[in-house]
Amino acid sequence: MTEKTMVKGNEAMAEAAIRAGCRLYFGYPITPQSEFTEYMAKRLPEVGGSFLQSESEVSAVNMIYGAACTGRRVLTSTSGPGFSLMQEGMSYIAGAELPSVFVNVVRGGPGLGDIQPAQSDYFQATKGGGHGDYHAVVLGPGTIQEAVELISDAFDIADRYRTPVIVLADGMLGQMMEPVIFGKYRDPDSLPDHSEWSLTGAGKREPHKVTSFNIDPYELEKMNMRYQAKYKEIIKNETRYETIRTEDADYLLVGFGTMGRILGSVIRQAREQGIKVGLFRPITLWPFPYDQLKKSAKGKKYVLDVEMSTGQMVEDVRLAVGDSLPVHFYGRTGGVVPNPEEVLQALRKHTEEAE
Amino acid sequence: MSVLTTFKPPKALSGKEFTYCPGCQHGTVHRLIAEVIDELQIQGRTIMVAPVGCSVFAYEFFDVDGTVAAHGRAPAVATGMKRALKDSVVFTYQGDGDLAAIGTAEIVHAANRGEKITTIFINNAIYGMTGGQMAPTTLLGMKTSTCPYGRTVENDGYPVHVCELLKETGGIAYLERTTVNTPQDIRKTRKALRKAFTAQLKGLGFSLVEVLSTCPTNWGMNPIEATEWLEENLKREFKVGLFVDKVGDDQ
Amino acid sequence: MKEHVLVASGFGGQGIMLLGQILATAAMVEDKYSTWLPSYGPEMRGGTANCTVVISEEPIGSPVTDSPRQVIAMNIPSLIKFEKVIQQEGLLVLNSSVIDRDPERDDVEIVRVEANEIAEKLGNTRVANMVILGAFLAKTGAVSEESISKALEMKFGSKKDSLAELNMKAIRAGAESVRK
Repeated sequence: MTEKTMVKGNEAMAEAAIRAGCRLYFGYPITPQSEFTEYMAKRLPEVGGSFLQSESEVSAVNMIYGAACTGRRVLTSTSGPGFSLMQEGMSYIAGAELPSVFVNVVRGGPGLGDIQPAQSDYFQATKGGGHGDYHAVVLGPGTIQEAVELISDAFDIADRYRTPVIVLADGMLGQMMEPVIFGKYRDPDSLPDHSEWSLTGAGKREPHKVTSFNIDPYELEKMNMRYQAKYKEIIKNETRYETIRTEDADYLLVGFGTMGRILGSVIRQAREQGIKVGLFRPITLWPFPYDQLKKSAKGKKYVLDVEMSTGQMVEDVRLAVGDSLPVHFYGRTGGVVPNPEEVLQALRKHTEEAE
Repeated sequence: MSVLTTFKPPKALSGKEFTYCPGCQHGTVHRLIAEVIDELQIQGRTIMVAPVGCSVFAYEFFDVDGTVAAHGRAPAVATGMKRALKDSVVFTYQGDGDLAAIGTAEIVHAANRGEKITTIFINNAIYGMTGGQMAPTTLLGMKTSTCPYGRTVENDGYPVHVCELLKETGGIAYLERTTVNTPQDIRKTRKALRKAFTAQLKGLGFSLVEVLSTCPTNWGMNPIEATEWLEENLKREFKVGLFVDKVGDDQ
Repeated sequence: MKEHVLVASGFGGQGIMLLGQILATAAMVEDKYSTWLPSYGPEMRGGTANCTVVISEEPIGSPVTDSPRQVIAMNIPSLIKFEKVIQQEGLLVLNSSVIDRDPERDDVEIVRVEANEIAEKLGNTRVANMVILGAFLAKTGAVSEESISKALEMKFGSKKDSLAELNMKAIRAGAESVRK
């Protein structure tokens, strides 16, 4: 039986991780994600898992590195300032090809910023964050239900490609409650086998070495080319997006995560007012659905990208759409969430200009 | 004719040629660790975490599962491993810059939590890999490329005494400072290492052995002079001895 | 489409967050879409607390609003903060046990509930939040009493003499007070 429960986003994502077979959590409290950490502290001992509150996010990410070396599912959650501290470890984890899941419940920045919802960590998540030629897969859920499902998928993607996966949520998604249907519990013993490379003590086999390190530039280049080949596979197999009423639309809205869901009600209201608009919502932010967006935008009069930032994803939107049609941007930042009415105003303005 | 082998390398060493300079004592300490791993018969369940520094390749020299951590983060990496695999034996191998400067938070908290891991800490009072810069353990007055006029209290503060700092943390099960200058010192260090690993095997908490070591290259001395300098200067600042022993007699 | 967009606000400790959660859960029981969003951060440590509940027949875009259709104000700071943003012809439900002044708006429906007194008669002033929720439900019909009852059971368990029952009594008393 599938049963709906009313759950807070942070707790729902934490429970989803446990149901995905994750039994290891290392993290540090930070608003607006602290309920995630608290939930893990309470739940993991109940299911025979291990919870540790680290001394810093710098340590947390390295504990993730160590735990991931053993081939076990492991996850942490944090918010902007904490995720910044984790970037060193992210780079090492990408280089050592360690499956692991990171949830960033994004708040207003830069610096200490505030604790309200934001999407201004898009660049950090999708364009690196740490040093070197690497990518992490980035998933941007729009609802708590989708976040729950994407947490589970995040572990599968991490395992399949030996890569870190970031779930880019925000303070709204973390703090709000809505009805959720959880997936089944997965037995930690039935998860993908990593015994070919993992560090478990060598026993009678040859020892395994897991590092992001090679002092020989030609060898390091080879390692990098291997990562790149993997990224190509990820782009091919894992790119995800959603479109709503794009076929007959004159104009195209683009937004992800919380903004994407808000745009869902904008298009309803806009169409009631006679503005024929559709929505393109990237679900994977890396890999970004460039080709798919290009197709959806074809024949439209303009694209309006809306973000809870001063404009980060819009650069990818422009790359996708090119010069074929105007790409406009509307955003609020610092933790301010654009409301449907102000997006409608922007739509009306650009529509008048286009007519 | 029969050949009697009286001396052979420990099984826990991989046989890869060390990358260390002549007179450097990393090699001696590596061998002692490997001997202890053999003796305790834990090679098959041991995982090592190498640092950033001259011993960055250490994970290659031991015939056990291994990785290399980001600079200073080895205790956090080892924590993650040990929490994931409670039956494993996990040790970190770290230098003074790695452990006592950039990794101060990680080592203090791993020790304080009583993390069931073992750390071997090589203190030679200087940064080796980057070419002889000031370490947190560099002596007052000692010249390095980043304190070319000699370390001063006014500018750089005092040498960090790691054992003295850590002995107050509740989670410490075994803590000793040794040297490997003479055969007697080597035997003492070997015994300390055995006790440190035993502390982990018995689940008593965190264990650390600090080994005062030479760095002839960056000290600008030949190996003999370096051992003498260690005896006269390093040992005066960093008192050799046992700080914590909750293991008791394991023999 | 009938959509309810409520901001409930009061002192920390007045049970504002619970009020919103019970309402949102009851909507879930009716297979409606619903969201609950708290104000969070330093302001929840002793100052005013508020939450936003959206109930809709369609997927909910924004769980946050600058102009709620309905406001429940449990204290004066809440009245001051939210009175001015209620939509025209919206609804303002006041806890008149605490709020001893008149609102300035004359273009919204105003309902006064002696929530503390009614709760006190039931033997526990802490259920004043449910009294005022009952009044809100009687006015809006946002969800049924049965659904609220189920939501309370999900929260407190279904035993007799449980908190669920006391809270349910408070809901009914609140509803009664505005029907009079």
